[in-house]
Amino acid sequence: MNKMQIVLNGILKNNPTFVLVLGMCPTLGTTTSAINGLGMGVATMAVLIMSNFVISLIKNFIPDKVRIPAFIVVIASFVTIIQMLMQAYVPSLYASLGVFIPLIVVNCIILGRAEAFASKNGALDSILDGVGIGLGFTIALTLIGAVREILGSGAIFGFSLGIADYMPLVFVLAPGAFFVLGYMMVLFNKFAKK
Amino acid sequence: MKSTLFNMVAVLFTVTLIASAGVGAVNMITADAIAEANAAATTAAVANVLPEFDKTDISEQTIDDMTIVVYTATKGSETVGYAVESMTKNGFGGAIRLMVGFGADGKILNVNVLQQAETPGLGTKMTEEGNVLLGSIQNKNSWEVDFKVKKDGGELDALTAATISSRAYYEAVARAYEAYKVACGYQETADGVSGATAQKGGQNE
Repeated sequence: MNKMQIVLNGILKNNPTFVLVLGMCPTLGTTTSAINGLGMGVATMAVLIMSNFVISLIKNFIPDKVRIPAFIVVIASFVTIIQMLMQAYVPSLYASLGVFIPLIVVNCIILGRAEAFASKNGALDSILDGVGIGLGFTIALTLIGAVREILGSGAIFGFSLGIADYMPLVFVLAPGAFFVLGYMMVLFNKFAKK
Repeated sequence: MKSTLFNMVAVLFTVTLIASAGVGAVNMITADAIAEANAAATTAAVANVLPEFDKTDISEQTIDDMTIVVYTATKGSETVGYAVESMTKNGFGGAIRLMVGFGADGKILNVNVLQQAETPGLGTKMTEEGNVLLGSIQNKNSWEVDFKVKKDGGELDALTAATISSRAYYEAVARAYEAYKVACGYQETADGVSGATAQKGGQNE
């Protein structure tokens, strides 16, 4: 398979949020603003690339019956490492993402890609798949976050547009997450997924 | 690979050993940076609620089973203010932590919200500049303030559609005031803060 194709597949044809519909918990929970969506997406992408890489390297040494526990240990270690790095160097983002960082461990995108791709493909392809799926997830979360932030709090990336008072607050709350996700899924599948 | 008892045990043992070594190594690298980031956040919060100072003395009190930290700030030999790190468990989204700055004369100088999980756009307004909660108590003499919202018969404004968050905020400030009274030597032991500010009785936020 063409290398570029693997990355593009992750962004468009296999977009984890709009097409595969995986990882809905962090998608709905963290996208109250564009910057939170972006931070969550990048953190997930970092874990995904590293876990895909390591799993593709060790796949031939793992007995089938303990495949899942071994993968989970690898994923959990990378999540813990990311968590400590974020806590040390970007404490404000860490504070706003809160509980969702440790929850990357149980994000089905990561275990899903380990099972579906990294355990069947080489190291380079697995990294590229991690980049593609990670970018797809990051773009989706940032878009949802941006739309919710504009519609709900009249701001974008924290910069007020001066229209906050006229905006329906519901878009920042949980129901708004479902509205925005649903309509963006429709639009994505109509125009972007060819 | 085909699974046998031996290779399953051996592989899982090796994987967990390497993984824990990796996590341990990163922990050693980041432990100092994390402690520094936390200390810097606290220092910034203290500086934000007090006038200029040279150094702070830290003391702890336990009020209503919660640990309240008081930073007594001095400049030269003079006490310039008290920053009290207070909290409440009665926010709409759980615990709220605040840093409250009292001047040496007992004036409420500033309040900085350190941690909250209130409803975005409603209760979270407590973190914004110039919000009504801070506006109702800033620069007032702390002993003259009855920390109650208007709905509970007090005189303080509440955030629109966020009464529970507002009550919790004032409750945490009231707790800071109790700690301040002990810290400045007015009282020997701190009084608790009544749970009346935390009543939820079916009221919407």
